[in-house]
Amino acid sequence: MKEEWEGFIQGNWCNSIDVRDFIQKNYTLYDGDESFLQPISKKTNKVWTKCSKLLKKELKKGVLDIDTEHVSGINIYDAGYIDKANEVIVGLQTDKPLKRIVNPYGGIRMVYNSLGAYHYELNPIIDKFFNEFRKTHNQGVFDVYTKDMRKARTVGLLTGLPDAYGRGRIIGDYRRVALYGIDYLKEEKQKDHDNLTGKMTEDLIRLREEVAEQYRALEDIKQMAQKYGYDISRPAKTAKEAIQWTYFGYLAAIKENNGAAMSLGRTSTFLDIYIERDLKRGLLTEKEAQELIDQYVIKLRMARHLRTPEYDELFSGDPTWVTESIGGVGLDGRPLVTKNSYRILHTLINLGPAPEPNLTILWSNELPENFKKYCAKISIQTDSIQYENDDIMRPIYGDDYAIACCVSAMRVGYQMQYFGARCNLAKALLYAINGGIDEMKGIKVLDGYDIMTDEVLDYDKVLKVYYKVLEDVASLYVDTMNIIHYMHDKYAYERGQMALHNTKVERLMAFGVAGLSVVADSLSAIKYAKVKPIRNEQGISVDFEIEGDYPKYGNDDDRVDKIATSLLEKFYSELCRHKLYRGAKHTLSVLTITSNVVYGEKTGSTPDGRKGGMPFAPGANPMHERDTNGALASLNSVAKLDYTNCCRDGISNTFSIIPDALGNDEKSRVDNLVEILDGYFGQGAHHLNVNVLTRETLIDAMEHPDKYPLLTIRVSGYAVRFNRLTKKQQQEVISRTFHARR
Amino acid sequence: MVKGSIDSIESLGLYDGPGIRVVVFMNGCKLRCKYCHNPEMWHKCEDNITSSELINKIRRFKGYIQNGGVTFSGGEPLLQPEFLISCCKLLKKDNIHIALDTAGCGIGRYEDILKYIDLIIFDVKHADATGYHELTGGNIIESEKFIEVANKMQKKFWVRQVIVPGITDSDEYLIKLKDYIKKIHNIEKIEFLPYHKLGSEKYEALNIPNQYLDKEEMDKGKCEELFQKFINL
Repeated sequence: MKEEWEGFIQGNWCNSIDVRDFIQKNYTLYDGDESFLQPISKKTNKVWTKCSKLLKKELKKGVLDIDTEHVSGINIYDAGYIDKANEVIVGLQTDKPLKRIVNPYGGIRMVYNSLGAYHYELNPIIDKFFNEFRKTHNQGVFDVYTKDMRKARTVGLLTGLPDAYGRGRIIGDYRRVALYGIDYLKEEKQKDHDNLTGKMTEDLIRLREEVAEQYRALEDIKQMAQKYGYDISRPAKTAKEAIQWTYFGYLAAIKENNGAAMSLGRTSTFLDIYIERDLKRGLLTEKEAQELIDQYVIKLRMARHLRTPEYDELFSGDPTWVTESIGGVGLDGRPLVTKNSYRILHTLINLGPAPEPNLTILWSNELPENFKKYCAKISIQTDSIQYENDDIMRPIYGDDYAIACCVSAMRVGYQMQYFGARCNLAKALLYAINGGIDEMKGIKVLDGYDIMTDEVLDYDKVLKVYYKVLEDVASLYVDTMNIIHYMHDKYAYERGQMALHNTKVERLMAFGVAGLSVVADSLSAIKYAKVKPIRNEQGISVDFEIEGDYPKYGNDDDRVDKIATSLLEKFYSELCRHKLYRGAKHTLSVLTITSNVVYGEKTGSTPDGRKGGMPFAPGANPMHERDTNGALASLNSVAKLDYTNCCRDGISNTFSIIPDALGNDEKSRVDNLVEILDGYFGQGAHHLNVNVLTRETLIDAMEHPDKYPLLTIRVSGYAVRFNRLTKKQQQEVISRTFHARR
Repeated sequence: MVKGSIDSIESLGLYDGPGIRVVVFMNGCKLRCKYCHNPEMWHKCEDNITSSELINKIRRFKGYIQNGGVTFSGGEPLLQPEFLISCCKLLKKDNIHIALDTAGCGIGRYEDILKYIDLIIFDVKHADATGYHELTGGNIIESEKFIEVANKMQKKFWVRQVIVPGITDSDEYLIKLKDYIKKIHNIEKIEFLPYHKLGSEKYEALNIPNQYLDKEEMDKGKCEELFQKFINL
């Protein structure tokens, strides 16, 4: 028993790395209300005021600064501070706040593009090095891509693939740094390395090399903390240290990697154990506890990555997806809600609403009523949090999983994800009609299909050909992903993050789809109305005429909702027919983030009546304004999509309701939102973003951005400052269904 | 199999009764209230749904309405007694709270209907016979018959009064109203609803002339003031 663990209940966690066991044996359930919460401290206020000024500057310039003299890494940069005297939690990515890192390992061209956009130049030595001596992930991928893969990428059939930037979506178990200290983690990795023996197959050779890298990365993390004056070779002794150690673990990850989503995990209840111990020992007051959490969150809000303008168009508003998963219920039925679950949500009040960290409530019917109400209250006030169904994730992922990015669950430290962006299902449908020729670019993407010449589209025929197209697309998609992750492991391996995983890690390969509601409605139109293609001289359908009405997804109508569910089943089962790199397991998501706008731009008119270039609905949402039977009918349609057997990487739904439609006063709004969430998740639905606001507010914010500097909204899987969206994205958000009172 | 005529279902109603309500808008109404915002439901079109079909749709929302329920509105739900009774019987098998949003102008069988009703949301329209007739084209006596049966059955009421500028917003009117609603025994809540013109597009679409469209909307704040005055009377 280490002295730092005094006062904790012992268990298996003392003999081997087992953070879950530590949590289960030691956390204190809190089912009271929020009355204990404390306001912002003087110190925090000072630090946050400085940050706010920097953030304003950054917003004007695009990026505040870029370090072009170094290349990303755990222990490359000097210590940096915001306001040293008042910071109780320290550590920045570089030597200055909001100064961004150059990470060429994903691809050097991306670095040129991003630096060019902000008029920076790379240090010539680094430039030369990455051009002459060091190959990147991006080069590796393009060495191997086939012609078909390049085509699928160019036309936007497969989009957003992590083939030129960091894949992200990996969550290190940063809590291990606090609970065990770096030295013990190193010892364990050394043992693992010693035990990795046998026939030297490719798999074993690779793993031995990786573990050696992980071991070295742990040493780097220790050295990096040393620069800030902390010795993290030993476990954390106090709450302050526990937060600081955990943050160092995370900081190492965002110094080394620039993945699309760099999520935090499930830290608040873990940290509460240390806070409770210090409160009991009289080492800490509630006010100081809140100060620590507020400052921890400030640090998370300051995380940045260098992106290209094209990337920003896909995922707007500089998101980093520092997702923190809060609440949920243990396998023994005890809710994992602690006072720290409240404190971290309370940062949205003390520091104001913000998109990051991406606060995610793991909702369960069994959560304490007080906590449910508090979450609803914060949602209504800030539009900054999202909800995911713990009752359907727990049976699959246990009770110590966390969400990466928006909706991707994984067991912390035991599982990692190979992120795979998404495939455009609506475009695939047009290929079925147009003989595999792209409707926008006119080039042949898929072979073996005839252009349909029917005057009126025949449902059975279209469906049959479409399913065949999906088979081809699934095969191409899997091959593409296998290449990407092979090369990413080879050229941009996340050594620091993987050091905070078990050596024998389980891998999930996350495929995704976009345009689900467009396809469901299109097939429904073909089946229940008369759809006549309007063709160009090449025979390509460039528009569609619809006679009669048809059932639309989003109205709890099985006739069309079943089209959506079987479509997902079909695509998922097709993906599963193909073997994955490193024995990964197939998962599937229905999630677009803000890319639904760009996918729409790249897709011609569809048989549901959507005009070419118009945005898709985000994620699994029904198409804009087509859900006309009220909010609950809309939610019920989405709830039918199967998480457990099909979409284990998440089903994203974004819900906007005007305050008046939710109730007369705050109390009834809170009660009603809780009922809605219980009713929705009770049916096995997976995810919900909640926005409580009026369309008029958004229109006003579009015209007068200065009036709404803090206006934060949930888009699809993450929150964003409204004024950081592109005009097109703002318009798309405004054109979504706002459930109103009638 | 009993069939009925409905206009639509609003799956998230939060005003027509306690908690979250699934609101069923039923077609047909004898009154022609000048401020009506659902004129598309005046005429009872042909039957378009059976009671069991409707209840199956409603059952899909059971998870949301544990502390709420179903509200029959319209139109005037009392005009389809057979259908209404059949629906209510089925809902009560599932123990669902039922509210009836009505002006009390039906065609009888009130006792059979009200057996299943947990809450009556009663729209007063106007407190005197002349005003009532002018506003709605109907006879106030009709609604009083309904109130009588409901009183006998000790039914709970939420009473609603739409406040229309120049019609129901004077001090004298408030006194009249206070007196009039004494007829109703078991009032749990009184609500003043400010007159609004949200339904005006529907009149244009349906090509129905409506003199009220030129009227000003009722100010929400003033409506609240009148309400305070009213409860202190």
